[in-house]
Amino acid sequence: MTDGPLLDIQDLRVAYTTRAGVVPVIPGLSFQLNAGEALGLVGESGCGKSTVALAIVRYLGRAGRIVGGCIRFEGRELTTLDEAGLRAIRGRRIAMVYQDPMASLNPVLTVGRQLMEAPMTHEGASAATARDRALAMLAEVKLADPEAVMERYPHQLSGGQQQRIVIAMALIAGPALLIMDEPTTGLDVTVEAAVLDLVRELRSRHRSAILFISHNLGSVVRVCDRVAVMYRGELVEDGPVRRIFTNPRHPYTRGLLDCLPTLGSDKRQAPLMPIAGQVESALARSPGCGFAGRCVHVEIGRCTSRPIPIAAVQGEPDHHVACVRADELAGWTRRSAVAGAHAHGGPGEPIVTAHHLTKIYEPRRRWLRGPRAPVRAVSDVDLMAGRGKTLAIVGESGCGKSTVAKILSGLEVATSGGVTLGGVEVGTMAIEARSSALKRKLQMVFQNPDSTLNPSHTVGYAIGRALRRLQGRVPGDLSADVARLLEVVKLSPAMAARKPRHLSGGEKQRAAIARALAGDPDVIVADEPVSALDVSVQAAIVNLLTEIQVARGATLVFISHDLAVVRYLADTVAVMYLGSVAEFGPVDHVFAPPYHPYTEALLSAVPVPDPDHAVARILLEGRVPRADEIPRGCPFATRCPRRIGPICDETPPPVQRLGGNHRIACHIPHAELLRLQTGLVEPRVVGR
Amino acid sequence: MSTPIAAGTLSASSPAAARVRGRRWRRRLAALSESTPATVGVVIVLAWVVLALLAPLIAPYPPNANDMAALANTTPSKAHWLGTDHLGRDLLSRILWGARPVLVIAPLAVLGAAALGSLLGLAAGYYGRWIDLVITRACDIVLSFPVIILYMIILAHFGSSAWNIIGVLTLTKAPIIARIVRGMTLDLREREYVAAAKMRGESALYIMLVEILPNARGPLVVDMCLRTGYNVIIIGALGFLGIGLPPPDPDWGGMVKDTYGMMMVWPHMALFPCAAISSLVVGFNLLAVGLRELGLRD
Repeated sequence: MTDGPLLDIQDLRVAYTTRAGVVPVIPGLSFQLNAGEALGLVGESGCGKSTVALAIVRYLGRAGRIVGGCIRFEGRELTTLDEAGLRAIRGRRIAMVYQDPMASLNPVLTVGRQLMEAPMTHEGASAATARDRALAMLAEVKLADPEAVMERYPHQLSGGQQQRIVIAMALIAGPALLIMDEPTTGLDVTVEAAVLDLVRELRSRHRSAILFISHNLGSVVRVCDRVAVMYRGELVEDGPVRRIFTNPRHPYTRGLLDCLPTLGSDKRQAPLMPIAGQVESALARSPGCGFAGRCVHVEIGRCTSRPIPIAAVQGEPDHHVACVRADELAGWTRRSAVAGAHAHGGPGEPIVTAHHLTKIYEPRRRWLRGPRAPVRAVSDVDLMAGRGKTLAIVGESGCGKSTVAKILSGLEVATSGGVTLGGVEVGTMAIEARSSALKRKLQMVFQNPDSTLNPSHTVGYAIGRALRRLQGRVPGDLSADVARLLEVVKLSPAMAARKPRHLSGGEKQRAAIARALAGDPDVIVADEPVSALDVSVQAAIVNLLTEIQVARGATLVFISHDLAVVRYLADTVAVMYLGSVAEFGPVDHVFAPPYHPYTEALLSAVPVPDPDHAVARILLEGRVPRADEIPRGCPFATRCPRRIGPICDETPPPVQRLGGNHRIACHIPHAELLRLQTGLVEPRVVGR
Repeated sequence: MSTPIAAGTLSASSPAAARVRGRRWRRRLAALSESTPATVGVVIVLAWVVLALLAPLIAPYPPNANDMAALANTTPSKAHWLGTDHLGRDLLSRILWGARPVLVIAPLAVLGAAALGSLLGLAAGYYGRWIDLVITRACDIVLSFPVIILYMIILAHFGSSAWNIIGVLTLTKAPIIARIVRGMTLDLREREYVAAAKMRGESALYIMLVEILPNARGPLVVDMCLRTGYNVIIIGALGFLGIGLPPPDPDWGGMVKDTYGMMMVWPHMALFPCAAISSLVVGFNLLAVGLRELGLRD
């Protein structure tokens, strides 16, 4: 090993060749990473984070090319290394973990075979040695029963387990550098928290340096020592985690911090501040600061005429920022809640209610193999949303929250129990059977911006068609109405002529909201409308939904797995676990003790973008029951950290009604819960 | 490649709309020129189309005229560039004229098959359950038949004419297209825009034709292009089997059938029509390859 940093990137320039020409995605990037250090690379999507990761292992594909600069790793120059040299480094000295674990694992080989491959090919280890190493590694990534896991195929493992396997595969060769590209983005909050903790723990044991790429500042805090913020392929700020989070100097870093909803705030107290605009194309680069077009502090001329050098912040030699005005900007303070602004009003007159709602999917009979057990997606759910209020339904994937949304909207029908919409029973009424008045009353905003709009139709057509169907408009005078709706969602009327592929994710979601508003609905059901968007865009969409709701007095049913967003936006919250409601009540009550043990675990798992806030983490161990197993007792009993005994497995939990329409389904008396939980989950400051 | 009704305001016949369409076509052609196979394919196919259109003007002889003088030496000469067949008919003229029925029948049959197949595939994929079962089984039955025997039975029964050939090709190709469209429909019907359409109360027919079908068009167009090439082969084969277009009008397959017995002596009589068939098939195949390449890149 040579002296100096493990990884030294100097003036790296990467360009992609596209139909539109050569795009300089990385116009010049320099940073260093020392052995054993963890660096977080942060920025919105399209900022070139993944390109950096791919450039390091020279895996840019046919379109991408390193056009200049150098990447020195352990003293070797990687940009000019030949294929054989690269092969010796990839996987052995530099390992990568990508976002989608299923795509990193070979579906036709057992996990064991794949794990043993690295030591056998890279080090020529014998099968027996490799097997021992693989078993040890599986134990290290905390998979229960490594022997059994070795024999499994990837599809037999959950997403969190798969990502652990990928991490084990990456670490088994003992790499000097581990590159993790959004390793927890597709995972549930509780699983994400566990994986992040695992990475932190492994880091201290293995002494591998980590390059951790993420758009989520909250998860970076948990793992990294240092943070580098990237914008349009350039480093705009870097420094130790603590400095970046307490004294961000670059307006972009501040923007990223300001648009994160935190558990402590809601819409009445501290509105989210999205970053205006979107990441501009790398094609049209001005000579000055890349962020100038979106920056609130921009000074035309000073910021836009010449390249901005990256320089140390006054008095903080290890903290660098690329902003000419960095020293002029006022100090930054975390958005904080204005205490005592809890003007809620009552729960409101109920407009949507669910009572004993149950949905059972009968699987198709398999020929000659006997019937399969039915899947209970939603069982005995009671909910209520008040007129003009926001009901949020939270839970991990597979908890039945989307099924509830589908039954509300008529895309599925209830097996038993019912749903009323404005007093009309619609639970067993499929959308085809609903009258046009009912269809107008409830519209939906979907999750995936890429499939919510038909790629073959223009935005104007989609909205116009909705106007015609839902309002019975005749063609002719539609363009004015379409333009008006586009204005409501803050899109330019010119967007009407565009096809979805010319829109960004946020714009698509806005257009979809405009389409849902065409019938002037009383109820808007939004199924994870922001979970596929960047944090900065998320904030804008969340604000838009709140604004529309207030302006139109509409009821919002907001389905989400993100507790921070729910805390911010909701009036009433339902926490769902495996098809049942674990806890229901006004947002202030649900987010304060006593919690249902599941809510408590969810809350503790939320990444908090603040290095000074340490949270007592509750890790959910144990097995999630299969969807076709109907638990006799509490559905959460298998994973519950506060399980009190066999009663949890045997008897369904009683619903304890607390004051203010707050209810918890748990065997533990609420007074006891309150005693156990007080002071545990509320973020508290710990000295380092 | 139909474009869905634009926002309900533009009338289709306005000059502005025509201009927009013109520009769009130019853009598509420009995109095609980025792929080498597509360019070659377009050139071959267009060349055949132009030759077929101009056949009455450029063919040196009437297609069925016998030149008894040429019978002494039927091989290519100044008077007959590609030579003549055993009856002294000019091969070049017959090949040029022979391009006409092929270039009408093959695409029409594909259009017919695409229309029928899309409807079947959409219905099977969208409704599922017993409708899917009936349609897919019916398609399997048609596909499991040895096609040539099927053609012989049907055409022997109904007689051989251009329309009957189109009908037979439509019926036998529709199941293949139906399978492709069904597969894509199974995927596309789960898209959120389909749910949104249901939520505003659209009819099943609207969802299938306006929401789903336009998004299946990419692979569909590629497949139609390939199928047109295959149809050219089948039309040739039918002609060769004597159940193609009735004589004496030129038909590439028929020309091969009439003369293959003389292969040893005068190979050109059969080879030139064969070359015509192959070149057109290759043209359509290259076009399909190019379209797929472009589709993948978007």
